[in-house]
Amino acid sequence: MIELRDLSAGYGRQAVVHGVSMMLEPGKVIALLGPNGCGKSTLLRTVLSLQPRLGGEVLVDGVPAERLTPRQLAQKMTYLAQSRNTPNITARHMVLHGRFPYLSYPRRYRAEDYEMVEKALRWAGAENFAHRFMEELSGGQRQKVYLAMALAQDTQTILMDEPTTFLDVAHQLEVMAIARRLAEEGRAVLMVLHDLCLALRWADEAAVLIDGSMAFWGTPEDAFEAGILDRAFGIRLARVMTENGWQYYYG
Amino acid sequence: MKSWRTFCTRRVSRRLIWAALSVLLLLSAALSLCLGAVPISLGDTLAALLGRIQGPQAHIVLYSRLPRTCGCLLAGMALASSGAVIQGVLGNPMAAPNIIGVNAGAGLIVALSGVIAPAAVAVTPLAAFLGALAGVMLVLFIAERTGASKLTLILAGMAVSAIFSAGIDAVVTFVPDALLGYSDFRIGSLAGLTMARLAPAAGIILLAFVLVLSLAGEMDVLMLGRDVSQSLGLRVKPMRLLLLALAAALAGAAVSFCGLLGFVGLIVPHIMRRLVGAESRGLILGSALGGAVMLTGCDLLSRILFAPYELPVGIMLSFLGGPFFIFLLLRQRGGRIHD
Repeated sequence: MIELRDLSAGYGRQAVVHGVSMMLEPGKVIALLGPNGCGKSTLLRTVLSLQPRLGGEVLVDGVPAERLTPRQLAQKMTYLAQSRNTPNITARHMVLHGRFPYLSYPRRYRAEDYEMVEKALRWAGAENFAHRFMEELSGGQRQKVYLAMALAQDTQTILMDEPTTFLDVAHQLEVMAIARRLAEEGRAVLMVLHDLCLALRWADEAAVLIDGSMAFWGTPEDAFEAGILDRAFGIRLARVMTENGWQYYYG
Repeated sequence: MKSWRTFCTRRVSRRLIWAALSVLLLLSAALSLCLGAVPISLGDTLAALLGRIQGPQAHIVLYSRLPRTCGCLLAGMALASSGAVIQGVLGNPMAAPNIIGVNAGAGLIVALSGVIAPAAVAVTPLAAFLGALAGVMLVLFIAERTGASKLTLILAGMAVSAIFSAGIDAVVTFVPDALLGYSDFRIGSLAGLTMARLAPAAGIILLAFVLVLSLAGEMDVLMLGRDVSQSLGLRVKPMRLLLLALAAALAGAAVSFCGLLGFVGLIVPHIMRRLVGAESRGLILGSALGGAVMLTGCDLLSRILFAPYELPVGIMLSFLGGPFFIFLLLRQRGGRIHD
């Protein structure tokens, strides 16, 4: 399990994130919410040790992250980046990269890696276009490939940076359903989301970051009742009860 | 068929491409050994190689054409695979050994060692590697300081190359004997190569090539971008430096005996990416084969077109490679519009 203790992060000496503490519990989808520029992506990147901390700690199964090698970290946490280079390789090869942290030099993939990849492709619903080249795939299909790659990395914690951006509504819902299934398998999912309605509808917990500080961390219902999102975004959030539970909307 | 490229990246056609590359390699090597100012039959060439005949023909084959053919194969392989590594690691299709300061750095050191220790042929490739490494590290340093964009990298490379080239010119102006056949060195030529000069460079090239191939998996991951590759457990900075150092060793060792041949390192990886795909292992192997074929073929043409006179191979390479590259660019544009 990943635990953040009083974590501060930023660029150079300028702190963007101030003293954030939270636990990424297995079995839960946590939505990280907040206005643009409030430090969500910086927080994610710092947890992953992609950029240095300015203070506080990231504990990975109780061990400070700086004591782990990049490879050990990669066996604990998966990162679904917001933007990335897409080399023109097949989707299957892309997913195979998820097994990289488990191989030592000279990186020969083993039979179990290939099995894992096939399983991940099926799991993410990407098996039908696994043989095709990344450049030929639509945005939604690519995101499924990246999700399969994340699954192939087989870590307890998965951090996603705006995984639904640029996707049509059907694919957005699919991504959220996949996140839920990951949590049901006993993984912790932390996702930066901009779509409040999607986040509150699907997440177990909402963490709200305002100006780099944790303004709220709790259930979506409590977040709604505390009116924290109204303050953070300057909107009026409302909800209606439907047969699928609360649906949120704003105006 | 969706496009030429999709077709080319299918499995069956890939096998054909590998087969064709291998045949072309053997063919170009054989022709390079047999043809020249004095044509020698394949049988006699083989006999000379096996030491079964003596005389002027055997002498030509063993002491002129064999080193030259080996030099072409090695330099083509080294420069093209170096280009593939540099383009992959920097994620920059415009990068190549001659563009990011590798060739000029190696060239300057070769010129300097011609002044300081003209007899030390064996250490020239090693010195060239150090020059190449200095070139690429300087370019990388400047580019990172200025934001590490693809454009600043190329601009920094041009500036560093210009400075090093001026250094080569200065050395040759003050000590005209520093580079025997200066014009050949600048254009790139493999005339008058000996096995003694080739052997140390060959060692470096083969070693660096094997190491690069063994790091193909790391290169594939690097191409996913810094954040993603680091989150997959790769130590990005050291790995980038290691791969660039190996690329510098490949190109530097080649420059030490063939001069400033530029174009192979830029265009062969581009051609191969279309033919064998973007996965690193295949791309590096394909570039090595393609580079060897291209340089050997061009060298052959430069020898036989105006025999008994010959052109430096660099001229032939640019005359043939340039238009072909433009053809590829035009084709790519067309493909994009119609896709």
